[in-house]
Amino acid sequence: MEKNKTKRVSGLARPAFRSKLITYVLAAGFFGVSALLVQAEVAGSLYEGLLIPMCCYIMMAVSLNLTVGILGELSLGHAGFMCVGAYVGAVFSIVTRTAIPSAWIRFPLALLLGGLTAALFGVVIGIPILRLRGDYLAIVTLAFGEIIRKLVENLYIAVDANGLHFSFAKAIDPLSMDLATKKDILNGPMAVSGIPRDTTLLLAVLFVMLTLFVVMNLIDSRSGRAIMAIRDNRIAAEATGISITKHKLIVFTVSAFFAGLAGVLYAHSSTLKSTQFDYNLSIQILVFVVLGGIGSTRGAMIATVILYALPELLRFLQDYRMLVYAIVLIVMMLLNNNARFHQLKQTLFQRKAKEETT
Amino acid sequence: MNKQMKKLFSVTLAGVLAASCLASCGGDSKETTAAAGTEAAETEAAGETTAAAGETEAAGESTEAAAAEGGTFLIGGIGPVTGGAAVYGNAVKNGAELAIQEINAAGGVNGMTLALDFQDDENNTEKAVNAYNTLKDHNIKVLMGTVTSDPCIAVAERTYEDNMFQLTPSGSSVPCTQYENAFRICFNDPAQGGASAQYISTMGLASKVAVIYDSSTSYSAGIYQNFAQEAASLGIEVVAAEAFTADSNTDFSVQLQKIQEADPDLVFLPIYYEEAALILKQADTMGMDMTFFGCDGLDGVIGQLGADADLAEGVMLLTPFVADASDAKTQAFTKAYQEAYGDTPNQFAADAYDAIYTIKAALEQAGVTDPEIDPSELCELLKPAMTQITVEGLTGTMTWTADGECNKEPKGMIIENGSYTAIE
Repeated sequence: MEKNKTKRVSGLARPAFRSKLITYVLAAGFFGVSALLVQAEVAGSLYEGLLIPMCCYIMMAVSLNLTVGILGELSLGHAGFMCVGAYVGAVFSIVTRTAIPSAWIRFPLALLLGGLTAALFGVVIGIPILRLRGDYLAIVTLAFGEIIRKLVENLYIAVDANGLHFSFAKAIDPLSMDLATKKDILNGPMAVSGIPRDTTLLLAVLFVMLTLFVVMNLIDSRSGRAIMAIRDNRIAAEATGISITKHKLIVFTVSAFFAGLAGVLYAHSSTLKSTQFDYNLSIQILVFVVLGGIGSTRGAMIATVILYALPELLRFLQDYRMLVYAIVLIVMMLLNNNARFHQLKQTLFQRKAKEETT
Repeated sequence: MNKQMKKLFSVTLAGVLAASCLASCGGDSKETTAAAGTEAAETEAAGETTAAAGETEAAGESTEAAAAEGGTFLIGGIGPVTGGAAVYGNAVKNGAELAIQEINAAGGVNGMTLALDFQDDENNTEKAVNAYNTLKDHNIKVLMGTVTSDPCIAVAERTYEDNMFQLTPSGSSVPCTQYENAFRICFNDPAQGGASAQYISTMGLASKVAVIYDSSTSYSAGIYQNFAQEAASLGIEVVAAEAFTADSNTDFSVQLQKIQEADPDLVFLPIYYEEAALILKQADTMGMDMTFFGCDGLDGVIGQLGADADLAEGVMLLTPFVADASDAKTQAFTKAYQEAYGDTPNQFAADAYDAIYTIKAALEQAGVTDPEIDPSELCELLKPAMTQITVEGLTGTMTWTADGECNKEPKGMIIENGSYTAIE
């Protein structure tokens, strides 16, 4: 404890930097070792298949942590942003697949477009809910997530020799189209397939690092401190001249942007189905954030890795795996509130950091 | 210290709770098997099931020992055995297990014993891909799955990459078999929609048709889209097309009201039996007297209606399988299924049963005797074999085309006196 104090006196920047470094090293180390294990064929294809979705969910958890942990507002619609990103990215990639054959040009564009559209939704949803707090905000974000999913479920886009056809709520009349060249892009509630599989593990890990970099530096910046001040005492923060509107919007936009990116990455690694982005996914991400320790970026990351992989790695337990999963959730919850465990964690990580710096 | 004790106590409590849950789970399954029988025959039925299970187990063991030199050929299976679609996944799992037990008891395939590794996908595309990766780690040789369409599309992308032979019992959406390594047992959605329209037209059942469909499942929406297309070309007028979604599948009064106003000759229900039973009940309460016509999803509607089973009288459906059909094969299957699982088999169980026999036929056609064969090599052998074989299954006489579609005749059925009767 004493040691900690002296450090703080010696300068604010250093321990913060060290903490960030640990997070980067942890993330890079975990995925590096995983990739090696997969290369060496020690880990099976199940493990290999888990890594890319895991990266997407880490991005989701880290960005949601910004809203829930740093701004202190409960958001239950994070899956909605991912949904926007995923569908915008997927439609863009399918439409331009022939026009831009190079994935090196097409995929960055898809990522940018998906991320920005999600960020735009973040602004759009951010403005009306600036006045809301607590339960009301949770309800509105919950509704937002579901509305997005329902909108997507009612979108029909198809392409034929004459160009693109759009329809809302009603399937496109097949008689109005040139059936020989017809190709469905979005077909209402049906799964979207034929998305180019552009997401590689390296790319996904790079985006995890980018997310960590931006989010942790935002938290550490002047704006980040203002955001935390709003969380801790809104009235006092406003009295010191902090613009609540601005900072809340920053958080919603950044958080939505990274959720959108995660969505694009996710869409380009598998097939898409709108039911994936339901209320349960939002809650699942929230569980990652809460059990990782609200406000802790590293915790959110670690919790995501453990909690996402666990149900899959427990498959050998057959019907009992979900039961064991629930027990793990309870144990994690108890550990998180245990002072001794925190102390142990702190000493462990501090020792590690020392070794790395020397 | 005190606080710590508390923590320890709560963790132990959680553990005890979990343990008691496990214990009660085990108890429940026993109870359900017993509850399947009538009260009088309860103990007897329970005794019989366990006896039957014991027998098959013993038989399995002995054949395993006998065919040990032939080795075990591992078939992978994927489907939802938990969650909302668990009915379908469990039916497929049971049907497939039944077929494998029969085949092994009869000496296996080319000296090899068959085994099934069935993984849960919770009807989720991502979980399905994870399940497939798990099966790959377990060294499966062919994949019998997945049960539902959307996960099937996702898994088909992966099996195509790995060149793994895939046979889906019930993935009816068109893209499920878009690659040459994938085949299916059931009809695809457009085929069912088109066949229904043609059937209605040739039998002269109606000139004005109303449709109620589930726009949130690819099964129902797919059938409807192709029904509408085919109906237009056959001169059948679709006077009302009312949709519902999985979130609003309990109240159909609005849809029925509109249909009543449109006054059709026939109501087409390309949906599953759960919703169809509700529609029949609500139509009855509204005093509507309509002819209803459905696809294979309607199989099971009599059981779902329970005490109101007479509402199903006169309902017509186009389906390849009904549990109480009169042919010997179906009757034997239904009896064996009821004995083993205490439940009436539905179309999914029959599809899975046929799928296993189809794999057997294809393996025999290709002359595969090595159970450790590379899945990709095996796929190259099975692909041509699939187009050469003819399988006499529960769901009809089946042949396959190279694009993975199964050719078999749908049977027109009408519900009369509480049972399915073939329409002449």
